[in-house]
Amino acid sequence: MRAPRSWWKTIVGVILTGAMLFPIYWMINVSLTQPNELRKDPPNFFPVNPTFAGYSKVVGEQLPYLGTSLLVGLGTVLLTLAVSAPAAFALAKLRPRGGTALNFILLIAQMIPGIIMAMGFYLIFNNWGVLNTIPGLILADSTLAVPFGVLIFTAFMTGIPDELISAARIDGASAWRTFRSVVLPISRNSVVTVSLFAFLWAWSDFIFASTLNRGGDLQPITIGIYRYIGNNTQDWNAIMATAVVASIPAAVLLVIAQRYVAAGVTAGAVKD
Amino acid sequence: MTAPQTTSGLPARGGTGGAASTGAVPPATVPPAGAARRPRRWRAQLTAWAFIAPVVIYLVVFYAYPLYRNVDLSLRAYTLRSFIDGTAPFVGLQNYLDVIQSTTFTPALINTGVFTGVSILFQFSIGMALAVFFFRNFRLAATLRALFLVPWLLPLLVSASVWAWMLNSESGVVNAVIEGAGLHQINWLTSPQWALVSVIIANIWIGIPFNLVILYSGLQGIPSDLYEAAALDGANGRQTFWRVTFPLLRPVSAITILLGLVYTLKVFDIIWIMTQGGPVNASTTFAIWSYRLGFGGESPQLSPAAAVGNLLIVVAFIFGLIYIRVQQRVVRS
Repeated sequence: MRAPRSWWKTIVGVILTGAMLFPIYWMINVSLTQPNELRKDPPNFFPVNPTFAGYSKVVGEQLPYLGTSLLVGLGTVLLTLAVSAPAAFALAKLRPRGGTALNFILLIAQMIPGIIMAMGFYLIFNNWGVLNTIPGLILADSTLAVPFGVLIFTAFMTGIPDELISAARIDGASAWRTFRSVVLPISRNSVVTVSLFAFLWAWSDFIFASTLNRGGDLQPITIGIYRYIGNNTQDWNAIMATAVVASIPAAVLLVIAQRYVAAGVTAGAVKD
Repeated sequence: MTAPQTTSGLPARGGTGGAASTGAVPPATVPPAGAARRPRRWRAQLTAWAFIAPVVIYLVVFYAYPLYRNVDLSLRAYTLRSFIDGTAPFVGLQNYLDVIQSTTFTPALINTGVFTGVSILFQFSIGMALAVFFFRNFRLAATLRALFLVPWLLPLLVSASVWAWMLNSESGVVNAVIEGAGLHQINWLTSPQWALVSVIIANIWIGIPFNLVILYSGLQGIPSDLYEAAALDGANGRQTFWRVTFPLLRPVSAITILLGLVYTLKVFDIIWIMTQGGPVNASTTFAIWSYRLGFGGESPQLSPAAAVGNLLIVVAFIFGLIYIRVQQRVVRS
């Protein structure tokens, strides 16, 4: 009795998932469609006559953009970890005065719309001369991840037994040494979670890139796609090929780190 | 809400020697009474704040200062000349008055409300239905649920471009299906009555995974004996949902909806890529309006743009504060 019922549910589940993922299938399908068949009506629902012309265009034109995004993503990860992990250790284990207030501010900070931050940064970066530079973009992108990072790290580090910390102190370790050699290694999972999200958000950022890096030599991939859309609207198979390539980090993330992703969503509940 | 990865048994690693394995609290952590106590506490506080200092400096320089500059900007008449000589006359609330009296204000207000409200309504109900569906264990449930996360992880710009092409009037797959059913094509992105609908559809699609994951984790928190009791009392599926699941899920639902509000209010990428807020103002929200004023045209109007942004932030803060209150109540209970 039970087995056939659960098969029925699996079939429904597969259909629902298929419907949900249809836009992604469509992106891949269009990226493989011959340019002269893009305007066909009705369109080809399967890549019957696939072409990789779109992808060779990506390799030819978009590699610098991809490189920039990679650099910005890695920089954002490092900055986010460096700022958020020590603070979280203190919030979780050292009982600082004003810790609750700081937590509150971090929650609020996540809610500021990006466009407002972008405008403030535009003026400040203009004064500092870091408009259109990679360090400027890293600084701006890190604001997407730092509050999230502190909250995730704090949630995790609170669970570390106090005995472990005091044992290290008895062995003569300073607070810094305890943090580096005891707490950080244990917190490996949350380091992975925070790094993954910081990278993904920096990689996906468009609003900071399009305001703070409008005229730079090195622009991220989101601007690369945006330029494509603006310039040659006919070339949708190249646009979709770029979109597929830009989605690779998300796909990799899901495959290698699915449980961290789900944990990150539920714990921080950030990003729209 | 559930803390991440609390499952691992926290193995005692690192340079702690064998001491970590003993469960007993070492006597040295007991604070000595009397005069020695105060300086030690001071030192502890100093150490704690040394760890926190970077993030505090960071928050001041990269949050508070940009926000301050933004408020300052909105109270001045900032022009291209201001970039060069650094001066801009103080005009008080003039920018806010201009913005509120602008012909864009009413459509932007309505569009922001409709976009946010309709998006959340559908994201939440679809997410809830899916969470309940996936919660019944069946073959592949975990894998399929993981696949549902994909739209949420894609760069927004990618999702928006895909939807823009799918909804293209002449060559989009959506219109191909509609025409296949014998109906007329719809100018999704270029007609005033459909532009807002189009961006809402795309935004709902992006938001479903988030709602699904949070509500699913909420379902995991409901004790299974409640379901057993309901089943013993002869409740059917629908009764179980409305009498057991839904009431118990109310705190998690409140958090999901409020977070959804805060994040939907600031949606920018999707609308900008798909319609740029057009045609005319048909899909212009506050976030889009602010961007268009500041960065969209040839001559940047940064001061009015900042004023629009600050109006948006006030709304976001109100919902944000409600969220924090609700969340704290949930954590306490």
